[in-house]
Amino acid sequence: MTTRYARTPKPSGSTFEVLSWFYMRASGALLALMVVFHLIWMHYVIGLTNIDFDVIAGRWTGPGGIFWRSYDLTLLILASLHGMNGIRFVTDDYIHNRGWRAVVKALIALVLLLMVVFGGLVIFTFNG
Amino acid sequence: MSANPKKGFVSSTLSYKGGIGHWSWILHRLGGLGIAFFLILHILDIFMVGVSRAAFEELLFIYHEPLLRPVIWALVFGVFYHALNGLRIIIQDFWPHMFRYQKQLATTVWVIVIVLTVFLVGVDIAGMLA
Ligand code: HEM
Repeated sequence: MTTRYARTPKPSGSTFEVLSWFYMRASGALLALMVVFHLIWMHYVIGLTNIDFDVIAGRWTGPGGIFWRSYDLTLLILASLHGMNGIRFVTDDYIHNRGWRAVVKALIALVLLLMVVFGGLVIFTFNG
Repeated sequence: MSANPKKGFVSSTLSYKGGIGHWSWILHRLGGLGIAFFLILHILDIFMVGVSRAAFEELLFIYHEPLLRPVIWALVFGVFYHALNGLRIIIQDFWPHMFRYQKQLATTVWVIVIVLTVFLVGVDIAGMLA
């Protein structure tokens, strides 16, 4: 085996693992466009030093509000699920004890839930 | 996908005798983990926008502090590498015949990553000087 990514083995067996394999790729393709756009927008169009409360509030409450809220919500959900599922892959590689695996997975699921709840809350409820 | 489970994390990660694919795997993994941890922090700082203006302003140093710029640039590089290398993985997984061009694809990934990273770092530096 000389190349790690000759082809990432598509997991066989559990439907959940096949779905998760597929999700990583589908969300990855979308994230590539959305995250690169997000970074260029924040660094180049706005500029890091110009970011402040009014800029963020203006994006959500201004004329493009619906667009930015949808954009941020999509990014939040896609990236949180992709990232936490990725962390699950990594921990599965290094933690072999069944009990600890279960504990770590539960923690990852809890963090994912908190990310979507906290992130979603501000996107939905912000009103200036 | 997994490191050799019979060895420890560090030794299996460092002793694997792979070619270019091994390093891209390590970098892809480090990038993914780095972005994931930043995302948690980022959700919290943006959550503060909803708490109060003052609460958010307390955290604005993350984006304003010049001393933190190298950390941001490392993250920017990590995001671009993970994104472009991820696209390469996706292409090779769905179109296995592309795997003949793995070297060319890997080179393309590096070229795009370097161009994007240099562009954003340059834009940040220009903003700091302005
Ligand atoms: C920007 C576009 C992105 C693309 C194209 C992408 C693509 C991928 C792909 C193809 C994998 C491999 C999945 C597998 O082995 O089955 C992966 C893993 C991973 N991704 Fe992403 N991803 C992106 C963004 C993100 C973001 C925003 C995060 C964090 C929030 C993230 C965190 C991870 C983690 C932690 C892994 C697991 C790494 C490993 O198993 O070594 N990725 N990504």
